[in-house]
Formats: sequence, structure tokens, C-alpha cells
Amino acid sequence: MMRLPSFRYVAPRTVEEAAKWMSGSPGEAMVLAGGTDLLPNMKRRQQTPSMLVALRHVDALRALRVGGGLSAGAGITLTELVRDARVRAMCPGLWQAAAQVATPQLRNMATLGGNLCLDTRCTYYDQTHEWRKAIGFCMKRDGETCWVATSSPKCLAVSSTDTAPMLQALGATVRLVSAAGERSVAVGDLYRNDGMEYLTRRADEILVDVRIPDQEGRRSAYWKLRRRGSFDFPVASAAVSARLEGDTVADVSIVLGAVASRPLASDKARRLLVGQRLTGEAIAAAADAAYEIAKPMDNTDFELVWRKRMVKTLVTCALRDVRGDDVGELRQRLARQTLQMIA
Amino acid sequence: MSDRQTRIIGQARRRVDGRAKVTGQTRFADDIVLPRMLHCRLLRSTVPHARIVRIDVSRAEAHPGVHLVLTGDSFPISYGVLPVSHDEHALCRDKVRFVGDPVAAVVARDEATAAEALALIDVEYEPLRTYASPEDSLSFPEPRIHEYGDDGNIHKVVSLQFGDVDRAIAGADHVFDDVFFFEGNTHLPLEQHASVAAIDADGKLVVWSSTQTPHYLHRSLAKALETPAAHIRVIATPNGGGFGGKSDPFNHELVVAKAAQMLDRPVKICLNREEVFYCHRGRHPVLMRYRTGVTKDGQITGMDLQTLLDGGAYGSYGVASTFYTGALQTVTYQIPTYRFRGCRVFTNKPPCGPKRGHGTPQSRFGQEVQLDKIAERLGVDPADLRLKIVAPPDTLTANFLQVRTIGLARCIQTVVERSGWRERFRKLPRGRGLGLACSSYLSGAGLPINWNDLPHSGVQLKLDRSGGVTAFCGATEIGQGSDDVLVACVAEVLGIEPVDVRAVTGDTDLTPVDLGSYSSRVTLMMGNAAIQAAERARDLIAQAVASKLGIPVERLVFAERRVFDSEDPGRGVTFQEAVCIAEARVGTIGTTGSYTPPKSPARFKGGGVGPSPTYSYTAAVVEVDVDPESGWITVPRVWIAHDIGRALNPTLVRGQVEGSVYMGLGEALMEEQVFRRLPPRLSNALVHKFPSILEYKSPTTLDMPEIVTDLIEDPDPAGPFGAKEVGQGPLLPIMPAVANAVYDAIGVRVDEVPITPDKIVRALQAQKAGKPARFGPADFPPVPWPETLHVTPPWEGGDGRASNEPVRRPKRKADAGVEATAGVRS
Repeated sequence: MMRLPSFRYVAPRTVEEAAKWMSGSPGEAMVLAGGTDLLPNMKRRQQTPSMLVALRHVDALRALRVGGGLSAGAGITLTELVRDARVRAMCPGLWQAAAQVATPQLRNMATLGGNLCLDTRCTYYDQTHEWRKAIGFCMKRDGETCWVATSSPKCLAVSSTDTAPMLQALGATVRLVSAAGERSVAVGDLYRNDGMEYLTRRADEILVDVRIPDQEGRRSAYWKLRRRGSFDFPVASAAVSARLEGDTVADVSIVLGAVASRPLASDKARRLLVGQRLTGEAIAAAADAAYEIAKPMDNTDFELVWRKRMVKTLVTCALRDVRGDDVGELRQRLARQTLQMIA
Repeated sequence: MSDRQTRIIGQARRRVDGRAKVTGQTRFADDIVLPRMLHCRLLRSTVPHARIVRIDVSRAEAHPGVHLVLTGDSFPISYGVLPVSHDEHALCRDKVRFVGDPVAAVVARDEATAAEALALIDVEYEPLRTYASPEDSLSFPEPRIHEYGDDGNIHKVVSLQFGDVDRAIAGADHVFDDVFFFEGNTHLPLEQHASVAAIDADGKLVVWSSTQTPHYLHRSLAKALETPAAHIRVIATPNGGGFGGKSDPFNHELVVAKAAQMLDRPVKICLNREEVFYCHRGRHPVLMRYRTGVTKDGQITGMDLQTLLDGGAYGSYGVASTFYTGALQTVTYQIPTYRFRGCRVFTNKPPCGPKRGHGTPQSRFGQEVQLDKIAERLGVDPADLRLKIVAPPDTLTANFLQVRTIGLARCIQTVVERSGWRERFRKLPRGRGLGLACSSYLSGAGLPINWNDLPHSGVQLKLDRSGGVTAFCGATEIGQGSDDVLVACVAEVLGIEPVDVRAVTGDTDLTPVDLGSYSSRVTLMMGNAAIQAAERARDLIAQAVASKLGIPVERLVFAERRVFDSEDPGRGVTFQEAVCIAEARVGTIGTTGSYTPPKSPARFKGGGVGPSPTYSYTAAVVEVDVDPESGWITVPRVWIAHDIGRALNPTLVRGQVEGSVYMGLGEALMEEQVFRRLPPRLSNALVHKFPSILEYKSPTTLDMPEIVTDLIEDPDPAGPFGAKEVGQGPLLPIMPAVANAVYDAIGVRVDEVPITPDKIVRALQAQKAGKPARFGPADFPPVPWPETLHVTPPWEGGDGRASNEPVRRPKRKADAGVEATAGVRS
């Protein structure tokens, strides 16, 4: 890996000032939060912004408010999110998702906003400049072909964020601010199923906070598949948020991670479950429905047919978790940890 | 000495270099910063196989801050670690052979400037056929990747037979015929290779490098740079992990040395992680076929093994690796007749070489999994089957390897007992299982790489009026604890404390030659040399003290930093006084010790690989938990027992055993050095799939099981204080034990590593479809084997020679220091 290329660095103290910098040189400036995604990418020349607008001194992005829902500044680190007992009590699924991102050291730097905007990943793309040169580059940067499927007209890089599927399932919205104004977007509308244009956020917009509606009466869970108990990005994941009345599903949202270029909600699984009791059969039917929409490609760790198959397992685990089953041993086996030690 | 009660040997102690390592004071190669130092980066090939048509460095040379640009033109002389494979140049001259092969070097004021200048070098390539697999290389002899080798793109083919194996197999009650595959993997040391070269005050070249083998680097520098060896000093800095990956002389080492000579300024290079994957020299991918005949009561009648090694783009240790895939089968179990045929091919991938276990883990995997299948078919407990056929001590095997002490039966009994094997094997609920496997490894290669009569290890001691002792040895501390072993052996003999001994190691100017930290040779060879040097020093001192005190020399005891009368312990002197008495009597005190392994009885061509002064033995039981739906594998516990002979420092020994389990589980479950061939109609590209420490999967602490380690101690007369090796052997049983445990858990065979959940699911699906409940390679391709060398086993009156071997003309030169032929004879 090469060293960082040279770039201009600005460190504004307010969102307005940051937005001004972002609008000043459209396409040239990028936002720097924790840097755990962007800086390695810059070393590999996947991104070569001429200016980085650092957000670490913008105090407004570091607020965390709980009550009638949850509002989290985009600059909150994943460690801060995971250590907040209120977050864990209110949205266990979000806690589980954040707690399973990378490693403790990376979570100390990585932010919630950064994880939502995480660049899509691909084993043909997340490589050094020299390596990519050896394959004649790829569509996502400097080349024309998508080597994952050479006839594909679009890039098939994988959405690899853990928090986005969960926040989409929770019905969260994000606030985007630019010099021209601000807008709110549902997390489900923040993404496109395109490995290159995977965000609907404009290049001059800054994601400033995340708002989660009141979770009274709702339960959530996040199940992640990766090779090892730490470090790895998801190769498939399932986020479930549900409102149960007794043991009947009043409302549910099932969103898959890392099996497309964006988080994928399974409407069919939702339809199959709403109004039903969460029996083993109902869970299996929902898992089958979610399985249908998963489109893993050969560009992450693990073999793709098996990855797709594992979507059923993940959805099943997440629904059982929401149902209130004791899934500790299952979690220990699949995640190689119970997550309890992270708190 | 060795039967005396010891005070330091056998005690679990903090290693002597522990303090420096945990406080950050250890100076690794990349920590070295010298005045006026320049920085080097290498331009590496972006094509897998091509002729270099043109290299234009003019723009790079003109770049501000650039001091020197080098290409293959500056390196006309080839080198390589084995005398039979001098096929490398520091920078490629006429062609490139894999993506990552170095073609040019830039030396500049800093690393960033050097990197900028690399982008200004224009290289024009004329593509050649891409060889992505051994099948490619066997199918197409032309164009050749190298202009040498046994045939086309075959680097090496060998065929050896010990006794009438065909008749023995034909006469067996059962014949087992299995094909296995072991995927390649790499060492993954935390420290990336780094080197600094400088010209010292009197004009001589000094190279500091993270190398396991300063002696071989020294030889290669002398040859390739045409510089007298006496004018080169190689200093092996402590390695941040080696595992065999720093045992070859490397391009970057020669490049910075040449640059320092040309510029008369210090030049440094530190490889990045991607480049470490390209240096590789790791585990060969090996396809193997075992045909084994057994009687109905489980005795092996004969074994017929074929191996096919994917060697990558250069020779490296590959000829030795090839022989090693067929060498050690016979030292664990009784195998009366044996045939081994091995073939290594060149492909356009980073070169494979020696990784922990060097060539033996792959075939050990097949052997131990097949034994599990044999036990199952015969209806015998696999532990009992092995106990019945364990090789007896002090025997010569069919292929003329000398087994001395063998603690394998005790190892098996120990792990069987510890794991509750008798109550649990084949009795656990579906999804849970136990697997057993065994192994053996050399305690040092019996023959040197450069065949000569010189000692393999030398130690010098300096004793002076301070009462301190300095021990000089060429051995290299790669994290395994060799400095600690050196100090402990000397301190034990002289009756002083480890802290009183200073180790000066791995410096070709200051220390006598030790061949290097490979083949698990250092404890045994350096240890014996250290004991000899220390005993000589002790004898000198004892004579002087005995005469001074007027007591018989036999009554003197060296202990607790004193030299005293065993019959009147109050009568004596301090160790420091004793040294002064001796120095006054005989003058400055320095002693030496050295070690040369015993001659091997194997005298056939190829018999140079496998002999060792003695062998270590290991048995392991692995418990697995396999989800029958997803194939997800968890390893909750591992029990392992290792025949160490004698543990010199049990803390270090246990560390090696646990580290081996860790590395073994990585190889068993996830690690693969694999490559992407882009669709040939669109591209010639052949690239490492993921040369990054994130995507090359190796276990984390969270993936590690509980390990129960037992050390089996039965001192071996060949070892220092009875010690055998521990650095490599305990790795070997882990992979087959995992495979055998998966079978016990779920009833399917995965006949290859890594064993991944998707392969288990595929095997379960095959089982459901009424096909064999197995995932693994289907067959072994045809290989043009050469005429087989026939060697009669010792019990049939064999003398260690092949009956049909052409008579070799003696080529030994008078000067034993000059390379005559290789220990690995081709």
C-alpha cells in the first residue's frame, strides 16, 4: 500500500462552515470523520480527493439525545454508541450492529455517519493501485469492466455497513445539510442498488444526524455473518425490527445487509409475518422469502452459494432473537463471542 | 552433564529478551535509522508472465530527490538459496514470472519520492502464456517459465522405491486409495521484511536485515554482488516472526546492498504487506494420492505416494520441499515398503518455499486422514490402530531414516486420556466430534544446504574479570527464543544465572556460523555447540581453581555463581574470582564449541532430505462442533501432547506448541494463498486474490479454542540436555485432526484444507444425493515420472544405496568451504 497522497485539510467548527467548504469545490472535497474507511482507500488511490473537510471539531455532530426516540449526531463514534446504556436498552439491534463493526480500536475512531456512508466493497476494488493496474482496473475506479460479472452494465460492489440495514429496519431518517439547505431522508432512501452511485446523498451534502422514531413496544435484532469473531466486514447480515402484540406480529421490518449494493428490505417476508404468530413455521417462511432477494456475488469472503444459503440462518436467528428466545449459545457460535464483553 | 540435576534447564523462566520486547526496546530492522540514509522502493511486475521488451528509467532518474534507479542490468549474476536452483536475479533481466516480480528499484531521499519515481518508469512487456495451475504447467511445456528444470515447466520430478511395494500392496487384505489436496498458505509474520545496507568506516558492506538465515544471505550477497565474503557483514536483526518466510535471500536485500555500494550512503527498504505476500515462499499447494495396503489387523504392508506441488515462479527451497512431501511418512509408523513420487511445477505465482513444517504438513494431512479411514473400515479405534503400528525406537526406516527416541505412544495415550476419547469418540451427538492425528518432525536437517564437512553451528565464549560471559553464535532470534536457549545452556554449565550471560547472535562479523533458524535445528545444534564451549570453559576454570585451592578437580561444583568443593561447600570462590584465577593462570579466556550432525545412512540420490539427529513426535485430539444445516465449524478445545525430549524452558516450549495450534487451525479452517485468473478471453491477468492482512483470513484471539498442552519428556541422547525440537512438529497434527473430527461430528469427509462450511454443506448434499459423503479432489493427473530408484530396505540387507543409481563421479573439492554439490542433490 502506498502512503497517503497529498491533499488540503480543513477543520471547520460548525456544520455551516463545513457545508461551505463542501460546496466550494464540488467533487474535489470529501468529508473526513473517523477516517477508518476513507484513509486506507486514499492510500490505495481508490479515492483521491484534493481536499478533506474534517468533522472532528464540529461539536454539533457529537450530540446524543434519547427520549421519544433517539437522535444521534453523525460524529458519534461507534464506541460511544455501544457504551451508551440507553441506546442498548432502546434499540438492541443497533447496539448489536455497532458492537460488531470491525475491532475495538477501529470503533474508537469510526463514526456512525461514516459507517452509514461506508464505501461499497469488492475484492476487485479494495486493492492497491498496483494490484488494480494488474487487472486493468475495474468499473468503479479507473477502468471499464466489472470483473465480478464481466457483462454487468453496473458495478456490483457490496454494501458492507452493519448499521445501515438496522437503521433502515428501525425506520430511521438522516439529515443531510449542504450550503443550499437541508433535507431529511429515510435511511431506506439513502441508498441505491449501484456499487458506484450507492448513496443518494449529493457530493456536497454532509450527513449530520440520524433520528430513530420512538421504539416503545418494538424489539430489534442484528445478526452478522463473517469469517472471524472480529475485524471482518459482513458477508451477509439480517436486521429485524418488530412490534409484537402478545406473540403476534403487529409490524415487522426485515432488512438484509451485504448481499447487494444496498441494504435490501424483504417486503414479502414482512407480508408473510404481519398478523401471524412467530412460530417456527412462520419464521422459516419469512427466512425463505428473504433468501429469494439476496444476490451475493463472488466479491467478498466466502463462497457465494453458501452465503446466500446463510441468509436463511441469519433471518431465522434474528427473528428468534426478537421473539425472545435464548440465543446466547447460537450467537457465541456464529459470532465467536456473545457481544456482552463489548459493553 | 545431562544426567546431573539442573538448576536453570527445565525451569519455566521469563525469556532473556522478554523485557526488551515488551518495553519496545528491541530494534527491528525498520527501527534502524542512520545519518544520510536514503530510501528504496521496488517497481514490481503487473503482468504474470512476459518478456521485458524495454525499460525506460530516464523520467524517474530526472525526478527531483532521486539518487539512483536500478534495473536488472545492474545484476548480471543469479542467486538462490539452493545451489541447484540459482534462478533468481535481484531485479528481472529478460522476463517477469509473476505479478509482483521486481523489475526496477528507485533510491531517493524519502519513501514518498521513491514511490513517485516508480510511476515514472516505463516498462514494455510482451505477454507470454499464463500458467495458473499445475495442470497448465503439465499440459504446456512451452514457453518455459525457466530455462532449466527436469522438463518443460516441470521443475523437479523424483521417484524412489524402498522394497517391493507393488507386491506388498497386492498382498494386502485391504487397499486404500485416496486423493487429497492441501491449499497453499503463507507465513503472515507481523513484521514486514526490512533491510538497511551501509558502507562502514573501513569501506565494507554492512547489511541489517530481518532474515532467518544471515549465513545464506551472506553467501548470496558475495556471489551476486561479486564482493569478497570477508568484506560483507550481515546482521540479522530480531525477526518479528519468520515461520520460514525470511529464510531465502531476497531481492530487496541485494538491491539495497548494491545501492549502498554504488552511492556510499545507507539505503533502507521496508516492504509493505502486499509485497510480503509476493515474497511468499510459503506452503506449497499439494495434490497427493496415497495408495496404502493394510492387513485385516491393521498393519501397513506398503505405501505408494504421489505428490504434485505448485511451486510458483522460482525454485526457492522447492527441490527440498518436493522431497519433504515424501520423507517423514516412515518415522511415525512401521511401513515395510514404500514408494514416493513427487513433482514440482513452475507457475506464474509468487514462489512457494518453506513454511513451518516444510513440505511435510501437506502429506501428513493425507496420511493421517487416510489412517482414520482405515481404522473406520477395519472397525478399530484410530488411537489403537496407531498405537499398534508406532515405529519402535532405535530403528532404521525403509528409507534409511534413523529413529532414536520416540515418545509417540505416550503422546497418543496422553491426549486420549485427557480428551475423554474412550468415552466420547463416535459417541457424541450429531454435530459434535473428536478427531485424532499424529506427526513427527526433524530436530534439524542432518545435511547442510551447501554440502560440506563444516560444522552446522558454532559458539564462542568470552569470559573476563567482570565475571560476565558473552556467548557468540550465528543463530538468529526470530521470536522462537533461541537467544534464551543459548544463554540458558551456557549458564547451566557454568553455574551462573542467565542474566550473567550476554548473547551476541546473528552477526557474520562477530559470531561463528550457524546455518540459520530453519528446519528446527537451532536448539539442538546451537545448544550442543554451546554446551561444548561452556564445558571447555568450565574445565579451564576448574583446573585453575582446583590447583589454587588444592582440591581434586573432580570435586569442584559450579553452581549459584560459585565454584566450590562438593565435599565442603563452604570452601570455594565466587565465579568471578574463579575466572580471574583462571585468567591469571592461562591468559585470556575464550572457548569454542561446534556441532555437526551424525552422518546419515541414506546414500541414495535424494537421501539428503529427511535425515535428522533425532525426531520430535506429537499427537493431538481436536474437538469440533459442526452445525448440520450451515456447516459452520467451531473448535472448542484442543488437547496436544508433544515429545520434546526435554523442555529447556517450558514457557517457551508451551508457547511454541500453542502457537502451532493457532497456526494449524488457521491452515485447517481458513488460510489460503489463492489467485484470481481473469477470463482468458479478456485478460492475461493472474493476481493474488487478496494480498492484504484483512482479507487473507487468519484466526483472531476470539477464534482460538482452549488448548490443553502436555509435554512428554524422555531425554534424547542426541539433544542438548536431551531436548528435541518444538517449533514445527506440533503444527502438523492439527489439520488432519480437524478433518477427522469433522467426520466424527457429521459423517462427511472433507479431503482437503481449508475445511470451510461451504465444503461441508457440499459434502452433506452429495451424501443426500446418494453420492460419496465427501468433498475433495477427484483424481491425480498423469505425471511423466522418471525411472524409479530402487533402494533395498535395511531389513532386506540394503546398504542405503540405490541398486540402479548411476555411479556419481566424486566432485568434492579440496576446500571444504567451496560448494561442491548440494545437500539436496538433483
